[in-house]
Amino acid sequence: MKTKMLLAGVTAGVMFAGSVLASTLDDVRARGKLNCIINTGLAGFAAPDDKGNWTGFDVDFCKAVAAATLGDASKVNYTTATGKTRFTKLAAGEGEILSRNTTWTFSRDVDLSQTFIGVNYYDGQGFMVPKSLGVKSAKGLDGASVCIQTGTTTELNLAEYFKGNNIKYNPVPIETNAEAQELYKAGRCDVYTTDASGLYATMMSFDNPSDHMVLPEIVSKEPLGPVVRHGDDQWADIVSWVLRAMMAAEEKGITSKNVKELAAKDNKDKEINRLLGKDPLQGLSKLGLSPDWAVNVISQVGNYQESFEKHLFPLTIKRGMNALYRDGGLHYIPPIK
Amino acid sequence: MSEKTYKPGNYPDLPPPPGTVGVYGWVRQNLFSSISNSLLTIISVVLLYYLIDGIIGWFFLDAVFDAESKIACRKIDDGACWAVITRRVGQFVYGFYPELERWRIDITFLTMFLAFAPLLYPDIPKRKWLLYFSAFYPFFAFVLIMGGYFGLQKIEYSLFGGFMLTVILGVCGIVCSLPLGILLALGRQSNLTVVRTLSVCFIEFMRGVPLITLLFVASSMLNYFLPPGTNFSILVRVIIMFTFFSAAYIAEVIRGGIQAIPKGQYEAADALGMNYWQKTRFITLPQALKISIPGIVNTFIGLYKDTTLVVVIGLLDPLGIGRAALADTKWNGLSTETYLFVALFFFVSCFAMSRYSLWLENKLNTDKK
Repeated sequence: MKTKMLLAGVTAGVMFAGSVLASTLDDVRARGKLNCIINTGLAGFAAPDDKGNWTGFDVDFCKAVAAATLGDASKVNYTTATGKTRFTKLAAGEGEILSRNTTWTFSRDVDLSQTFIGVNYYDGQGFMVPKSLGVKSAKGLDGASVCIQTGTTTELNLAEYFKGNNIKYNPVPIETNAEAQELYKAGRCDVYTTDASGLYATMMSFDNPSDHMVLPEIVSKEPLGPVVRHGDDQWADIVSWVLRAMMAAEEKGITSKNVKELAAKDNKDKEINRLLGKDPLQGLSKLGLSPDWAVNVISQVGNYQESFEKHLFPLTIKRGMNALYRDGGLHYIPPIK
Repeated sequence: MSEKTYKPGNYPDLPPPPGTVGVYGWVRQNLFSSISNSLLTIISVVLLYYLIDGIIGWFFLDAVFDAESKIACRKIDDGACWAVITRRVGQFVYGFYPELERWRIDITFLTMFLAFAPLLYPDIPKRKWLLYFSAFYPFFAFVLIMGGYFGLQKIEYSLFGGFMLTVILGVCGIVCSLPLGILLALGRQSNLTVVRTLSVCFIEFMRGVPLITLLFVASSMLNYFLPPGTNFSILVRVIIMFTFFSAAYIAEVIRGGIQAIPKGQYEAADALGMNYWQKTRFITLPQALKISIPGIVNTFIGLYKDTTLVVVIGLLDPLGIGRAALADTKWNGLSTETYLFVALFFFVSCFAMSRYSLWLENKLNTDKK
């Protein structure tokens, strides 16, 4: 009897394992919805609007992948995760993509068995202080108390930077960005440190933004990007090429407004034709996508520039490092051929 | 005092001297009985005036109740910007539950009172019939909230949030942990070594681990133990953890109640020839539970408020919804309003629980005072 039950258990286990071996794309298509893990709330990147629809730069990317794979940008289930739970949620299969301003590092990529599929936002850690503190450089922060989000790379950067410069500081650990704003406003900490994008968003929320300043030092490289699980290269390729398609669209001047028009005619630039499904793109069938995948992405979500301007310009974030390489930024897209 | 004199046995009922009764008398006696007392009164009134004026001004008079965004609020007036609440009240109550399906939550919530009524108020008319409904209610609520049966649209747990999530977690935790707690308390007192050891281990382990650790276990560790792909919703996992955690506390509260019963009660029960279950049902538990009511309700209120901890594993309870609202560039920075609103909700629920427990204590009070 016991062996029988054990056998049944093992069989069930194998069957479950079998279902996992099916490709992620098939899972998503069978479900008809993409599960996307996002931030619990970060201005510009992921926040629900008054109607309860998630919007933001990271959310747009979830929508883009849904548009490419399912043909409909609205077919996304959002699962929220904090800095501590995001990787376990991804590993546990609660989502196919982690699109939550996640910094690409060696150990996260290798040790946690994840695949970073590219960078959708180049960020760097900075410091915000009230102007009344009279500090002009991060080197002058000796003895300051610093609000720091736990479980993030910023925590490690802070420790390394201050140790390297022999500066003493008192860390004030916090859980979320909103909490940090409160503590900082209440004067509980002299300095708030997180990625520069977050600092600008925080500053915008103050009643008097001009009383605060971001110090010139950017102490870390924070390439933020979407993450998928190891082990399904087809899925990783799909996700990474969706990101590249959005950037390529900006480079080629394809926007949500003119994409239908460009897709209908024969363009001089053959790369536009290949991207929009007019000319065959070798290997697309291996990806399991239909020829109009990029048209769906660009018409329903927009190109990289549109998404950036819609969500991040209101926070007074400039393109800077996030411009295309031809405009002096870091985004250099491999050719689509 | 009156100067008139009366003959013995012939005192008429005189009114009290003027200035010692009524509003005037009270004020004179309590507020202006001496110079320092009068000074204190005047200072306090002035301070109170400024305080109340400021509070009422900020809360109501200068407050903006509807506007497009925080900036629009500030243009109208400089008090509280309640627009962040009024514009998002649906989200605070239902989370991301689809708008067209919200009637399901309303019905579940309203019928919940019907289901609880016979359990909470023993004197209610038609109690027997209502009890049948109470027994059937968990299935009814589950089907209605989750959907997927009888043509109801299936709702993903990730859409759950707001007060609805708090009530679901709180009520499930409370309802499941009481019976489990009673069993554990009895198990701990049991003469059977295995039962007693298991109960002690469970209680000590659950009490010895912080709730937040258990929540992390629910959110991450369980996934490693279970085969991948099993859709064992995080909601259920969290409810189980809450139940276990508070059951351990309830067990100890009830054990305190059991030990407070005089030994004579057991001896009398033994003398009457009652077996263990009769003794437990008719002698031990009725008395022990009555003694432990304040402790039990205390644990429940604690559990209810602890549900806000789920925010660290990414579930959006009212506090999480509030934080998400603050991340919207339109409402960025209105944290005072948001947190006050959430605090009000918790206060109302917890105060109601506490009042019920007082009522129950008085009703069951058999002390000869």
